[in-house]
Amino acid sequence: MSNNATILSVKDLKTYFQTEDGIVKAVDGISFELEKGETLGIVGESGSGKSVTNLSVMRLIPEPPGKIVGGEIVFDGIDVRALPIEDVRKIRGKRIAMIFQDPMTSLNPFLKISTQLMEVTRLHLGHSKEEAYEHGVKMLEMVGIPDPRSRMDGYPHELSGGMRQRIMIAMALSCDPELLIADEPTTALDVTIQAQILELIKDLRSRMGTSVILITHDLGVVAGMTDKIVVMYAGKVFEQATTRELFATPANPYTKGLLKSVPDPAHEQGKELYQIPGLPPDVAHLPPGCPFAERCDRAVELCTNEYPPFVQINADHHSLCHFAKEVYEESKIEHSASLAKTKR
Amino acid sequence: MQMLEDPNLIEVNYEFRKRLVGIGFLMLIGIALIALHWSSRTEYFSGIGLIVFLVLFLSLTAYAIWSVRTSRGNSLWADAWKRLLKNKLAVFGLGVVWFMVLLVAVGPTLVYWLNGFTPDYIPSGVDGGDRVRSFPPSLMHPMGTDDQGRDLLARVLQGGRISLMVGIISTVVSLIVGVSWGAIAGFLGGRIDNIMMRVVDIIYSIPYILVVIVLLSVFGGPNTNFLIGLIPVAITAGITLALLAWLGGRAYRRLKEHFAGRVRPGLLKVLMVVFALLTIAIIVEGMLLNAWMHTAFLGNIGAWIAEKFLASAGQGLSQIFLLFFALGLVSWLTMARVVRGQILSLKNQEFVLAARATGVSTFGIIFRHLVPNALGPVIIYATLTVPSVMLAEAFLSFLGLGVQAPYASWGSLASDGIKNIQIFPWQMIFPGVTMALTLFSLNFLGDGLRDALDPQTRKF
Repeated sequence: MSNNATILSVKDLKTYFQTEDGIVKAVDGISFELEKGETLGIVGESGSGKSVTNLSVMRLIPEPPGKIVGGEIVFDGIDVRALPIEDVRKIRGKRIAMIFQDPMTSLNPFLKISTQLMEVTRLHLGHSKEEAYEHGVKMLEMVGIPDPRSRMDGYPHELSGGMRQRIMIAMALSCDPELLIADEPTTALDVTIQAQILELIKDLRSRMGTSVILITHDLGVVAGMTDKIVVMYAGKVFEQATTRELFATPANPYTKGLLKSVPDPAHEQGKELYQIPGLPPDVAHLPPGCPFAERCDRAVELCTNEYPPFVQINADHHSLCHFAKEVYEESKIEHSASLAKTKR
Repeated sequence: MQMLEDPNLIEVNYEFRKRLVGIGFLMLIGIALIALHWSSRTEYFSGIGLIVFLVLFLSLTAYAIWSVRTSRGNSLWADAWKRLLKNKLAVFGLGVVWFMVLLVAVGPTLVYWLNGFTPDYIPSGVDGGDRVRSFPPSLMHPMGTDDQGRDLLARVLQGGRISLMVGIISTVVSLIVGVSWGAIAGFLGGRIDNIMMRVVDIIYSIPYILVVIVLLSVFGGPNTNFLIGLIPVAITAGITLALLAWLGGRAYRRLKEHFAGRVRPGLLKVLMVVFALLTIAIIVEGMLLNAWMHTAFLGNIGAWIAEKFLASAGQGLSQIFLLFFALGLVSWLTMARVVRGQILSLKNQEFVLAARATGVSTFGIIFRHLVPNALGPVIIYATLTVPSVMLAEAFLSFLGLGVQAPYASWGSLASDGIKNIQIFPWQMIFPGVTMALTLFSLNFLGDGLRDALDPQTRKF
């Protein structure tokens, strides 16, 4: 299964949380693989387990109440789950780095930017204070901070959100990691800054050859960035495909719904926006059947009673649905129809 | 050398220079303390020592003011400092505290020059009862004399040294022990937190007066040497304990991993219990060995320390030592609770997760990332601990449990004075007013710091 080019392989990962309400299966049997230099998008609504998946990869789940109860996480041939925590710490920040959602809170407000930047490289690369300082300046320059030397001695509160996210990226990339996990890196930023940050990640990825996992709920973000996409819902993979195929011919009603809910200002002016009815289910009490059945417009009795199979459409395309093949065929027809429309 | 010439490295050298400045500061403070000690040896009050101390003290103050004035106005500390300076009462408190420190440092020497009296000098050749020995304030004795004829100003200043020292030492203890204890408990949480905070609760529930009385009756007098000797034993024992516990825990985990799949779970449990008991036995053995080595090779180390370092202090100071010990024992408890509360609210912030994601160790997160964030309340609380501990010391001395004559503290002076308050009121008034002024100032300063470091709580 795993060849040399696979940097991260997650197999049947299960992360559960013990709550008063019962066991919350935040991540329940997730599998995906990431090749070197590739970008994977993980898409899903809030609470679908996107972040928990990636915190599990870095063994950052707060224990208790959380626990990785099953599955396999193999990073570059290393079984991360079996590793003692001291060894995991040597991977964190050095080989796998992470960028968080809210740059306003993910920098320590009491420490100088230089202190926070230098900590990483002194820890992992054994830099002296002077080397770490110079390296920090270089990193700030790389992520496009003007006048990096004077910024080094400043505090986070002197910077705007976009600048802070750049510093987070500089911190994440300063040990030249093999895998970068970006957990909704643009959610807290406004649109123009969003584009800049995405462009920056894209640029750095191609320059440094880093593999990237991009977690987001914004389909527009993943479209231009990723090679593969995993769609998550209620802790499960609903669909998995290459980006091109997923956008053209989705094989899952949930993915279709998601794609339909992206507003298209050019063509649908004045029309009411599409939305998937209802709310995501409570993952502590999942029904026996398909977790999406209640909200699905093509659900039949089978869906509420029986858990759907994970259907393989083709080599890189899987979908969790009783009617995956049918949906896929429908999408194909729709896709060729719309292609014909645009040609005309 | 090539690196130093690189103009880009000026900033780095600036960092290095800052470190040098820090070391220089510590050295200057050390020299100042030695000079102070020199100047106040009762055999010969050295004018040179006094001048050296004064010059260093004043120039350190001037440097502090200068560096605050010229600091870049963007750090949180600079902001807080500006807010503090706007608070008149806090500035007054700061000034009084500064002046009081200077006064108790140089005061006894100045008094000696004024009238030739040291704090414990009882003039001979004066016959008769108290009426004759207790002189009211005059030019020669600005605060009068006490009922033995000793100069009261010299005694108030000498007492101030001890009172301030008790306050500062207990606060330092509460800073070191309390902050570490609270931060570790708060961050680790769960069972460890529970155990650590119950320890605090238990010590809290013991009245500290009882502790002092027990300490004094058990270790008072010559037995103090034993208690002093315990300090190095305790330090080495602590280090050994930590080391053995760490090694034991590591071996325990490794062994458990090793045997986990190979033997039956029941047998594994038995094996691990046996191993844990063995580890504990080794640790206990290590402790005993440590204590034995101290007594066997080093003899009565407490007596040696007492002779070497505290001999000049005399028997009176052994009581003060016990006082430090007892007040240090209780002063860190509230600090631990304050810090734990702070850490609990901070540890779920995203920057902690971000630090963990970059591979920072638990120790690094607690002491590099969390404690600086909790420092505001810590500073406020520390400033308020100083007066409360001083008050406790005064209370104990007032009851006769603290400092013994011929040494004095503000509490014991007030206690002596109150006996004669109707005939010689100055013996009560002067130490009382000095102490009240200092305590007020420290409280004003603490309140001002609270407003400065935590501006949201300010109502107006």
